Amino acid sequence: MSLLTSLARLRALDEGIAQPIATVRHCHLADRPMVFIPLKLSGEAAAPLAAMLGADRDRPRLLVVAQPRNRDLRFAWAAELAGVLLPYVEGFLRDTETVERRNADPYERAIDAPQILVPNRAGVAFVRLLGRSMRFRRADGPYPVPESVPLLGRWLTYFAERAAYPGSSLMPAMTEELGRHWASGQSGLEDANLAALLAWITTGPSDDAEDPLIWPPAGPATDPGFDAEVLAPAMESGSAERVTEALRTQLEPSWRLMWQAIDLLAGLEEGAGVASRWEQDRGSFSGMAAHVAEGAPPQPRRDGAVAAAARLARMERAQAAYDAQRAYDDPLVMAEHRLTGEAFAGEVVDTDPGNTEGEGRSRKLRPLVVIKTDDPVRLSPGTSLGTPQRRAQGAELVSAGEGLVTVKITKGMGRGRTAAPGAVPEIGERVCYTSLTDDFQGSPALPDAEATPWTHGGPPREYVPDDEDAQEEWS
Amino acid sequence: MNPQHRLDVLRGVTPPRPHDARAIAALAANPGCARRALMDGAGVDKDAAARHLGFPAPFGQSPFAITRGNVFEALVKADGCAELLRMLRELLGLPVAEVAYHDVENVGAHLRHAHTRTLIDRAARDEHDAGTLYDHPLLSLEIAGHTAYLEPDVVAFQLGGRFHIVEIKSFAVIDGQADPSAVAAAARQAAVYVLALRTLLEELGHDPLKVSHDVVLVCPENFANRPVASLVDVRRQLAVLRRQLTRMSALDRLLEGLPDDLTFDLRPDDDGRPTRPVAELADALRRTTARYAPDCLSTCDMCFFCRDEARQEGASDLLGRQVRDELGGVASVAEALGLADGTRDPAAGQEEIARLLRNAERLRKECLT
Repeated sequence: MSLLTSLARLRALDEGIAQPIATVRHCHLADRPMVFIPLKLSGEAAAPLAAMLGADRDRPRLLVVAQPRNRDLRFAWAAELAGVLLPYVEGFLRDTETVERRNADPYERAIDAPQILVPNRAGVAFVRLLGRSMRFRRADGPYPVPESVPLLGRWLTYFAERAAYPGSSLMPAMTEELGRHWASGQSGLEDANLAALLAWITTGPSDDAEDPLIWPPAGPATDPGFDAEVLAPAMESGSAERVTEALRTQLEPSWRLMWQAIDLLAGLEEGAGVASRWEQDRGSFSGMAAHVAEGAPPQPRRDGAVAAAARLARMERAQAAYDAQRAYDDPLVMAEHRLTGEAFAGEVVDTDPGNTEGEGRSRKLRPLVVIKTDDPVRLSPGTSLGTPQRRAQGAELVSAGEGLVTVKITKGMGRGRTAAPGAVPEIGERVCYTSLTDDFQGSPALPDAEATPWTHGGPPREYVPDDEDAQEEWS
Repeated sequence: MNPQHRLDVLRGVTPPRPHDARAIAALAANPGCARRALMDGAGVDKDAAARHLGFPAPFGQSPFAITRGNVFEALVKADGCAELLRMLRELLGLPVAEVAYHDVENVGAHLRHAHTRTLIDRAARDEHDAGTLYDHPLLSLEIAGHTAYLEPDVVAFQLGGRFHIVEIKSFAVIDGQADPSAVAAAARQAAVYVLALRTLLEELGHDPLKVSHDVVLVCPENFANRPVASLVDVRRQLAVLRRQLTRMSALDRLLEGLPDDLTFDLRPDDDGRPTRPVAELADALRRTTARYAPDCLSTCDMCFFCRDEARQEGASDLLGRQVRDELGGVASVAEALGLADGTRDPAAGQEEIARLLRNAERLRKECLT
């Protein structure tokens, strides 16, 4: 959290209403998102209790395990869930576009991708465990399950893993997404409560949000009081209907909150970088689908050393790109960097569009721009800079001090003797420059998995599904 | 008046609430809170106090979780801890032939602590290093002048002459990974037992380091009920706990400056129902300084009361430690906002944070208008 966000939180607390910390929306919102609110049985690692889900806000599907300790009922529930989620996911595989790649074969990318919205980060963690508990099952052998169950397990694993990828919108956690756009007047810990956070954003704080009788928790854990007083007796009664109705009361309020949150996010204009990040999501989704279609084995229990290092490197690059893109897209995010001195904004007070460097053939056009700024600039001469106003342009800091910064444009002003029209900012124009850039970073050189050095455990054993995995207890 | 008497006055006629390991472990969570140190030192029933104040704690355990925990513990301990032995053999190299099993609960409850003492003494003296498991032992620990009795799940005595605390928890370890916050809580709790057992050995004239700082954590593996054991190093938790307990024995300093007749008594009637006027109790509590932090919401019974107080005071603590640290010593919301919009002049030492806040305010205004 930055000081800017802290100040917004203080302001929110003082005014009794959440304060914006973004001026545009930084996540993709699908035309037809799938809202998924899973509940688990308390005390168990991944025993599903119920889920409310659907892409139509007026027609939620409620799936319930009337007796969660019964293994068969759990798998029946998983199959039912697959019956809703798989058609939704696979529906996006029909329309594709061909993407040409340099130095590689072209590939097919889905034109749109599924988006599964869960209430909070704990929801994502539960989806991952659900995926883990399903993906090694087998449709044949000693403990057969419906064929759709292991397939759903692989998809749930994929979505939960993708949720950890900075900037991905395939499985957003709602409280996290809201928290990226609004600062409430409560702590980050309390922000994990969807009802409380939404109250801060819409009407102002309310103690009702913490009352499980008014706003039941948005899962995956249920309210202990509800477990003791309603759910346990309902289960003991043996009436599936009673259990279902009890769980409906716990899920329906969160269902409404989820759609309210979607509307709130939809009310924000989409940031410029969102489409390109969604494009990456579509590419990743298509890759996973191809993987499944080729009959590749389920994701391993743990990544091998090389795969883990590669994943980490990918996520680090994604984080850097996400941070830079959000700053370029959103002046309020850029302000955080201006506060720390990595960016500055101000009015152009002087220009020298015809400035050159070098002599003869190596003479280069290097227009100079002088900017008057109130920001505390903490960049040293020679730092390369980018600017949200002219994204293709590259610049370099020449000098800074006394509220005046001189910048030399090095890239993106045309090839002629004079700068292309519009390439050099005019006197009086407001501009912003930052050392933050979204330049392509190459991936680190990693050995093939087969060549994993002994320091990292040597080559990982290839995963061969066996009966033991498929028989793993799920009690 | 001596401090012990002062603490008794603080508690009043309400019977003292015994400390269990979970409560003692939670003491270490917010060591800077004088209110909590005093209430715990005096043995005040914080849960009852919070309830009476109209701020019941938001905790509760689901019956499903309790059942699951009990079933799992029973499974691990079934047939004289047969399953546990199998795991300890693998983990610690406990030779099977030499293992004895003592269920300390076989004696009456009032004798359990003395019996545990005798058994541990004998084991520590024994030259033969017999591997032994003690089920349901009862240990004790001095907390601010009061003796708290503690029940570790199992104590194992290993061939190498070291005792190991065994902690049985029902959260799952999936593909070798468990919920970090659950593991941390288990480690804090186990550290309390290690400390209690070390104290006991010391009293008996043995080397306290015979108790290993590696505790054995037993959890269900993956999605099944099959247990798996792992060693957890609790040295860090032990250090925190020791520091906090020393602080608690220095309660006299906290008692200074409090009126002699100050009490948190609930004045229960014959049925145990509190009769003390709520406003009066709240006033008494407000005489002591709390250090509220959002983390209290998961560890302290008084959390909602203190949060409400922090709200009324407009304390920046409400927003969490991160915000508080970022504000570098500006404790109140109004003060921070005043510095930000320039309506308040910075006090000595606040110039830097004031400059940052003013800058932040300028940037927010510029971007939002």
